[in-house]
Amino acid sequence: MDEKEIHAQSRPRLPRGVRLKRDEARNRWTLLAPERIFEVDDTAATVLELCDGERDLAGIVAELAARFTAPPAVIEKDVVAMLADLKAKRVLET
Amino acid sequence: MTAHTPPPPAPPIGLLVELTHRCPLGCLYCSNPIALERPGAELDGETWKRVFSEAASLGALHVHLSGGEPTARRDIVDLTRHASQSGLYTNLITSGIGVNEKLTGELVDAGLDHAQLSLQGADKETNDRLGHYKGAWERKRAFAGYVIKAGLPLTINAVIHRSNIRQVSAFIDLAVELGARRLEIAHTQYYGWALANRAALMPSRQDVDESIAIVEAARVRLKGELVIDMVVPDYYARYPKPCAGGWGRVAINVSPAGKALPCHAAESIPGLEFWNVRDHSLSDIWRSNPAFNAFRGTDWMPELCRSCDRREIDWGGCRCQALALTGDARNTDPACHKSPHHERIAATAMAEAESGDGVLRWRSYKEKAEV
Repeated sequence: MDEKEIHAQSRPRLPRGVRLKRDEARNRWTLLAPERIFEVDDTAATVLELCDGERDLAGIVAELAARFTAPPAVIEKDVVAMLADLKAKRVLET
Repeated sequence: MTAHTPPPPAPPIGLLVELTHRCPLGCLYCSNPIALERPGAELDGETWKRVFSEAASLGALHVHLSGGEPTARRDIVDLTRHASQSGLYTNLITSGIGVNEKLTGELVDAGLDHAQLSLQGADKETNDRLGHYKGAWERKRAFAGYVIKAGLPLTINAVIHRSNIRQVSAFIDLAVELGARRLEIAHTQYYGWALANRAALMPSRQDVDESIAIVEAARVRLKGELVIDMVVPDYYARYPKPCAGGWGRVAINVSPAGKALPCHAAESIPGLEFWNVRDHSLSDIWRSNPAFNAFRGTDWMPELCRSCDRREIDWGGCRCQALALTGDARNTDPACHKSPHHERIAATAMAEAESGDGVLRWRSYKEKAEV
């Protein structure tokens, strides 16, 4: 699936069976999936916390742009690339 | 130089519990040891719960509820709930036999995160023959349906050997049809039951190469729809697989009777004393059981491995395989092309693949061979 499938109205969410978890023993964030563990950095964890299936991509980008005082276009590009990657790995739905 | 205490090992990522060795199936390649644990020797539920709590505190993230058939335990829902509440990601590894819609629902409500269903063949006849259980096909398909209906991710696991290797393409189609998100095409690893049945299971090199090509093409075609993981067959490999991600490095197994092991076959290695979770905490075992330190890291390695730039990728390969095929667990895994034994085991594989059938030992508590 290509990145075009994630658009401003997409409502990304973690599917059942995928969990964002703080890994205290290793002091990091992880995305737990079937037989897989993805280490996610703090920024990615912040994005994923907003992927609640309620907010759409435009809302997520606006929220991040406000939080990090960065240009929305730059944020959108990075977020879409990250979400597309996770979607291809079947750990994110839109 | 002054004497120093080595730093404690990094915590394990995954805990695999063989809750029971009871199982309705009789697979020729079962990963359980040949000497199966009797039901009377199984840990009680409270001990398993303590183990789950200890694993989570130690830093484990995944728990694999396995067997035998884990749902043969009457307390499987209770155990799943406790594992989930401990913060572990819970994975049920099941034959699907005996798991009806009600039980599936109870497991999901208890916090089950994922189910992995085994299929022995990609059609009814092959599946029921190789699982040694008539009627398994319908029950397995029904279970897949319950999982999907409950919204849980489903993995299909297909162990591949000579009798089903030409069904790899059909397994892929079947996984898509059943709604699985993930498929494991797991070429048989030859320990225990599979080693005893090796001559009957070993595929030809040509079939192996074709099966790998089919998987690689399907990965491209099904990107974003189905993730396909493949375990390649050792005997034809160039490099060995890292034993359980490296001995005592990422995984800890617990047998039905509570023995903690670095991998499911580790008890085959003589001279190692594995501690029991009845007597020791998991963290005590992980850090201090000499058996967990026996092949941990790179210090134990023979020169061939220690001087190899893949030493922290392959971790010397598999200790049980080194023992089974070279007579010494400290040797380089002969799956590695650098091993002086490699040519011999590749030749053995090709000869067995050619030789046709062998005596079949269906997994059971009775150690009786059937032709």
